[in-house]
Amino acid sequence: MIDTAPAVRKAPGRKAPSGRARRPRRRRTGRRHGPYLLIAPTVVVIAVLMFWPVVQLGIMSFQKVGNRQLRGEPAENVGTANFEAILGDPFFWQTLRQTVLFAIVAVSATLVLGTLTGLLLNRLGRRMSRFVAGGVMVAWATPPVTAAIIFSWLFGTTGGLVNWFLDLLPDALVGGGWSDFNWFASPLPTYTVLTVCVVWQSCPFVAVSVLAGLKSLPGELYEAARVDGAGPWRAFWKITFPLLKPIFMVLVVMSVIWDFKVFTQLFIMAGMANRDAFNLSLYAYSEAFGSLNPKLGMGSAIALVLTAILLVVTAVYVRVMVRQGETE
Amino acid sequence: MKGLRKIALNAAGLLVFAIAVFPVLWMVSTAFKPNTEIFSTTPKPLPAHPTLEHFDLVLNGGIAEVPFWAYLRNSALLALGTVLVSSLLALLAATAVARFRFRFRTTFLIMLLVVQMVPIEALVIPLFLDLKRLNMLDSLAGLLVVYIAFAVPFAIWMLRGFVAAVPRDLEDAAAIDGAGPVRTFFTVLLPLVAPGLVATSIFSFITAWNEFIFAFTFLDDQDKYTLPIMLQFFFGRSGNAWGPIMAASTLLTLPVIAFFLLVQRRMVAGLTAGAVKG
Repeated sequence: MIDTAPAVRKAPGRKAPSGRARRPRRRRTGRRHGPYLLIAPTVVVIAVLMFWPVVQLGIMSFQKVGNRQLRGEPAENVGTANFEAILGDPFFWQTLRQTVLFAIVAVSATLVLGTLTGLLLNRLGRRMSRFVAGGVMVAWATPPVTAAIIFSWLFGTTGGLVNWFLDLLPDALVGGGWSDFNWFASPLPTYTVLTVCVVWQSCPFVAVSVLAGLKSLPGELYEAARVDGAGPWRAFWKITFPLLKPIFMVLVVMSVIWDFKVFTQLFIMAGMANRDAFNLSLYAYSEAFGSLNPKLGMGSAIALVLTAILLVVTAVYVRVMVRQGETE
Repeated sequence: MKGLRKIALNAAGLLVFAIAVFPVLWMVSTAFKPNTEIFSTTPKPLPAHPTLEHFDLVLNGGIAEVPFWAYLRNSALLALGTVLVSSLLALLAATAVARFRFRFRTTFLIMLLVVQMVPIEALVIPLFLDLKRLNMLDSLAGLLVVYIAFAVPFAIWMLRGFVAAVPRDLEDAAAIDGAGPVRTFFTVLLPLVAPGLVATSIFSFITAWNEFIFAFTFLDDQDKYTLPIMLQFFFGRSGNAWGPIMAASTLLTLPVIAFFLLVQRRMVAGLTAGAVKG
């Protein structure tokens, strides 16, 4: 891709859609090679550090890569043995189920709460809106490691605020004995905390994107809807949602991708020893690095499954973006 | 009726604000509480007797043998390196896509989109082996290269809007006045894109500053740990020392929040500029 000059020469008939780029200029060679030279470093970096590793991941998923290979011996081809092993293992399906369920719950919660926050920000006065948006940004800005640790503390056993609060509530409502409840002992409570943590962090992005979209909508539409007697619920589904559908599409896809591969937060909360709480990315990681007998080939196979699922989602995303003219 | 509604809206706004900032406030508040208050059976929102003991412990190496400053230095070096290199690459590429029509332009843009969606968690295995082969494991340089690759695609995506917003006539005028392309770039384009560059830089900074899985996997030597790794290490080893853990978390988090609030509006504009153009 670096020597792209011939490709340009071969296409003399290609007309630039905008006339501007064709303006007469004195720097002819600059114009011809210019853009390629400008993107060349980026292309090299991405090819070497992102595309090539994906290829390697594909190759390694058909190999046995363990301690011996780490010492320099060549990798052993094992055909589809890695895939047979994981697909035949109920544990893989358990992690996949947990990954998917978590993504569904977290994405739904993020979008609903984020959209409500966006709508609210749009209705508030200017100063108040800025103030609240600033606060919401704090959640977004918090590093994932810190967020996971803060929520571990909030849901902790000794001195944890949530258990203290649940204990204060009437036992008839929430049951008793919360003060010693360990949220990280089994998968469901762990994922509950994880969901709260991830939703807390990802709502702001949705809220702010929805707000930006709402600001671009003409106010007359709502005026007309109100005159016609439509309530806020109807106005949202008949006006806001259809007009902002492209934004919602992008937000859904991005949230699915982010929540599908969530790693850091779960790693901090569950750790590598708590296998029952694994999702796909933690499972892949633990196979590859989790023990003294690393199975990097097996880890690659799991990671490849994860990548393949996300590539399908990405394909939807790219289609939406191209349709919206984002790549023009 | 109208006044009532306004009150309800503002109350909802305040509630959202409180939910959003509460966990962070609780972190800071815990960091300043003496242990007796941290483990009290009746937690209070603010420390009754604020103390700096936890910060003192963190800053002077009481929690992970190595003083905090060493980790801070590693994190800062990585973040600054990522910012410098990725901004430069992004500026060049963003100029290309915003200013030129060329073959593979659309391919390039689609590639940027796809690359942002690749689960980097999956790439940690091959990159680990690659860096091992190159003897670059357990070095900040190896991490830096990886961080640059992660930061560049988004930086280009964001920056191209800023470059496109600079009126072309300005550059043409400079060219007519006899300025070469390099000079035009530095005297016309760069100053005008500078605000966008700041916003993109801060985003790259945060990418590197917050990164966890690669640093955790690649770094072995405790002297080379970055702040998130130090925090995790300490959390894993002494999970109940919430005072020092929250003090360390505060020190890791506050710079990011400060930066983030600084550029939030521009960043959001860059993120959603295209999505709303209709």
